[in-house]
Amino acid sequence: MTAHESGPLKRTPLHDVHVKAGAKMVPFGGWDMPVQYAGIVEEHKAVRSAVGLFDISHMGEFEVAGAGALAAAQRLCTNDAAPLAEGQVQYSVLCYPEGGVVDDLTLYRLAADRYMLTVNASNIDKDWRWVTEHEPGAGWKNVSAETALLAVQGPKAEGLVQRLADTDVVSVRYYHFSRGKVAGVPAVISRTGYTGEDGFELYVPAGEAPRLWHALMEAGRPDGIQPIGLGARDTLRLEMKFALYGNDIDQTTNPLEAGLGWVVKPAKGEFIGRAAIEALRARGVSRKLVGFEMVERQVPRHGYRLLKDGAEVGVVTSGSFSPILERGIGMGYVRADLAAVGSEWDVEIRGAGQRARVVRTPFVPSKAKKS
Amino acid sequence: MSNVPADLKYTKEHEWAKVEGDRARIGITAFAQDQLGDVVFVELPKVGTKVTSMSTFGVVESVKAVSDLFAPLTGEVVEINTELPKKPETVNRDPYGQGWMIVIRMTNPGEASALLNAAQYEQLIAAAGH
Repeated sequence: MTAHESGPLKRTPLHDVHVKAGAKMVPFGGWDMPVQYAGIVEEHKAVRSAVGLFDISHMGEFEVAGAGALAAAQRLCTNDAAPLAEGQVQYSVLCYPEGGVVDDLTLYRLAADRYMLTVNASNIDKDWRWVTEHEPGAGWKNVSAETALLAVQGPKAEGLVQRLADTDVVSVRYYHFSRGKVAGVPAVISRTGYTGEDGFELYVPAGEAPRLWHALMEAGRPDGIQPIGLGARDTLRLEMKFALYGNDIDQTTNPLEAGLGWVVKPAKGEFIGRAAIEALRARGVSRKLVGFEMVERQVPRHGYRLLKDGAEVGVVTSGSFSPILERGIGMGYVRADLAAVGSEWDVEIRGAGQRARVVRTPFVPSKAKKS
Repeated sequence: MSNVPADLKYTKEHEWAKVEGDRARIGITAFAQDQLGDVVFVELPKVGTKVTSMSTFGVVESVKAVSDLFAPLTGEVVEINTELPKKPETVNRDPYGQGWMIVIRMTNPGEASALLNAAQYEQLIAAAGH
């Protein structure tokens, strides 16, 4: 998470709000972002038990419009965008011809012939080149800078957003969106998230972000709302075994071994990476991304080796302490024959093997509102 | 500004030492625990381990980061806080009290005079960007 194009760190429209609130700021993907406010564990628990507010305006948004928009999305993304209805959202992946991952994203069908791709902050420039070079004929627009993105996540999120919205958000189903005003701010109200909780992601004009932020913090006070930094965002997604680009997936990993085969739809027709992934599927993957927990009180970390009887069998891609389970949990690629739930092997921590076991994931049950 | 007790000695790596006769009690400072965030793992040496001034004697991990613990003084570990690995959050709650880590018997007590005093340590953390 360090290698980036040089130059000053970028700032979201809420940067001043974070600094004034006393957040600890860190560089992330080329952005100066809040890593924590009150503390990662406290913020994490606030999201699981009440509601948390996240500034994720660093993420990128590209719109593609016109008669060729769907065809462009289809050739770039692994998932099948054809069945996507207006108002619907889909998780998808961009692949290299060799099957490695360019990025993972959410695809929004904004209108009959207009889509939006929400991409990872650290990949905005790379993705923009990728989509415009491979589908130059489509009408692309990079709206990242003018778009702010706030996530409201947790069991109290629905009630809070509904109180401030001028439209019915309760009936917006999981992976669908609606449009309306929230605290007077025009928003795309998307029932999506990266936490495993029910909640919304609100796409709003950049200049309106501080107003919406303050309105949500104010109205959410009786709910126990807390601002949430990237630290808790990471532990929340880890408890769900959601992949993070740059940690768990990248150019050297393919969607099948990452457990993302469910968003690869070769039957839809040609897309970049299709042939390579089909060959992989026929051959079978040699390693799999699994979720594991530490048997003792130890914390696995990105890059630690996985060992079986002293021999290297894989690598940790994400690891931390689970505030809910109160133990070390992680994700990692392990040899396919050691990937079944219940398999045990060691994580090498400071030179010593520490026992870990593959567990069912998500680590913590998801409470996202499935329709 | 973080709490910096006047009766302790400090390292540039944010450990504190409380010298009591030929012994020194050692932990990490309020500033250190605040920088780390929620402490979730503490690894301490066994009683009897020899430690050398400014060599590592253990590890503390927060949710986000792994940090080495540096011995402020040379000596032999005569006591460890056995509660800490079970309740690592004590380091956040009470870094100078129940969050202590080890007690050593000093073999070179003269080293203590080379450690930072409270005023010097306050300057150090002020310069660390606050």
